[in-house]
Amino acid sequence: MITILDPGPQTTIQDLGRAGQLRFGIPASGALDRFAFIVANRLVGNADAAAGMECTLVGPRFAAQHACAIAVTGAQMPITINGAAAPAWSTLLLQPGDVVRLGAARAGLRAYVAVGGGIDVPQVLGSRSTYLRGRLGGLHGRALKKGDCLPVLASAMPRPWRLADCAMPRYPSEIVVKVVLGPQSDRFTAEGLATFLHTPYAMLPQSDRMGARLHGASIAHVAGHDIVSDGIALGSVQVPGDGQPIVLLADRQSTGGYTKIATVCSFEIGRVGQLRPGQTLRFEAIGIEAAHRMLREAVAMLEHLPREECA
Amino acid sequence: MVSLKCLPAGDLAVLVEADQPIGLELHQRLRALDAAVSGLAGVIETVPSFRALLVHYDPLRIGYAGLCDAIARAWEAVDPTQLSASRLIELPCCYRDPILGFDLVGVAERLDLGVDELIRLQTSVDYLVYFIGFAPGQPYLAGMPTQLTIPRLETPRTRTPAGSVGIGGTQCCVYSVESPGGFWILGRTPVRLYDPEAREPVLLQAGDRLRFVEIDRGEFDRIEAAVAAGRFEVRVA
Repeated sequence: MITILDPGPQTTIQDLGRAGQLRFGIPASGALDRFAFIVANRLVGNADAAAGMECTLVGPRFAAQHACAIAVTGAQMPITINGAAAPAWSTLLLQPGDVVRLGAARAGLRAYVAVGGGIDVPQVLGSRSTYLRGRLGGLHGRALKKGDCLPVLASAMPRPWRLADCAMPRYPSEIVVKVVLGPQSDRFTAEGLATFLHTPYAMLPQSDRMGARLHGASIAHVAGHDIVSDGIALGSVQVPGDGQPIVLLADRQSTGGYTKIATVCSFEIGRVGQLRPGQTLRFEAIGIEAAHRMLREAVAMLEHLPREECA
Repeated sequence: MVSLKCLPAGDLAVLVEADQPIGLELHQRLRALDAAVSGLAGVIETVPSFRALLVHYDPLRIGYAGLCDAIARAWEAVDPTQLSASRLIELPCCYRDPILGFDLVGVAERLDLGVDELIRLQTSVDYLVYFIGFAPGQPYLAGMPTQLTIPRLETPRTRTPAGSVGIGGTQCCVYSVESPGGFWILGRTPVRLYDPEAREPVLLQAGDRLRFVEIDRGEFDRIEAAVAAGRFEVRVA
């Protein structure tokens, strides 16, 4: 059992999301930065899809009620256990009564906490992920509150290890993300497409798990910004009438009626999710074959994580 | 033969779009395509809409070109006559209550219809659920009588209660969750189209038909209490 002493501004329970529900208007949800989330689970010996916590901007303070392994990955939030500093991207062993605190993120936006065994809230439609707008999944469909008690599934203590420095993401303040153009890139002028691909866009503070709202040079449409409503893929870059792009994320609406100029590749979503308000991103177009090659590389990288055994 | 376009939607999805006017025929062809494509190896899930199907796939199991070929073959073979019979769902709706149907009288005046005639027209047809989208359990409905066509609100409301039944443009709409919106609200159903606490949170699916049945405020309150207690089942024909 984990007891939440202070939840931070927005801490939710997430796993790798629920499939098959988009046709009912229910998004997949799940951890935005899947790389960081999966590494956290592996550090504590969990299956990749075990449920953990996603912490936004400032982390929670929580107490372990039993001896367990945890790991903190993702955004660089200073970690203390009973007041003593502890490393990120490492297996951490807790004793009953230990109090863990995650501070304000110094780089990146979202940190992940995995607990050995995984958090055991009920599965809803095949997943423990929280969908805040739909009040679905997680703990009563909401963000965590002070006093919440999170049951944890039983598990064996893992052998501690840490991720090698070279494999730790850096979360810089300017990023370039790969996109595949379409499905409605033909609804933009050549100049509009050039603007999209050659100018930086700043993350706006009203961004959330539904979408990354961006601000920058206006992207020009050929003839209007409305389309007949259709399905929205993860990473779709929607451009409404004001010409400002929105990258749609894990909690997105399932369909919509605005033109979509491009789609951010799945293996780049985590980096978009780590961008803080005011930081910038640029888009770089690649073809589908290249996108699939890079996806396979990202999968292979997870299979060969450079590990360092801890003493 | 109606042509079909495959448009890339990133590395994990393809948007399949038919070049045909929106209508019942296309809706049924797309539903048949949806059923066929959903069974293809490597396809994870699909999202139908007015004239497109968004197909999510696993590129480690099926390549983009191979998937587009398989979808094109499935499209040539679709047979809408093989679709399973659609459900007819009765949705009780309370109209004559100034709190629940707060635009009813105003719409009747604007359309130059009596309130009785307005309700009679709105409940006189079976609506077709084209697809569910935008919000959890939110149906896109077709089939509204043309006499009820009305411009949408010039200034959308910031909040419309869940269950509100409205009209706007040529469409009828039921709000599955509380949300902003530009529809004129004629009444409210006590039935939940989306209930996160329920074992099956979403009531409707693409292809369902929907019929509104007028109830009074007493019946509304009774059904609402039964819904809250998990003791109400909608009538499905």
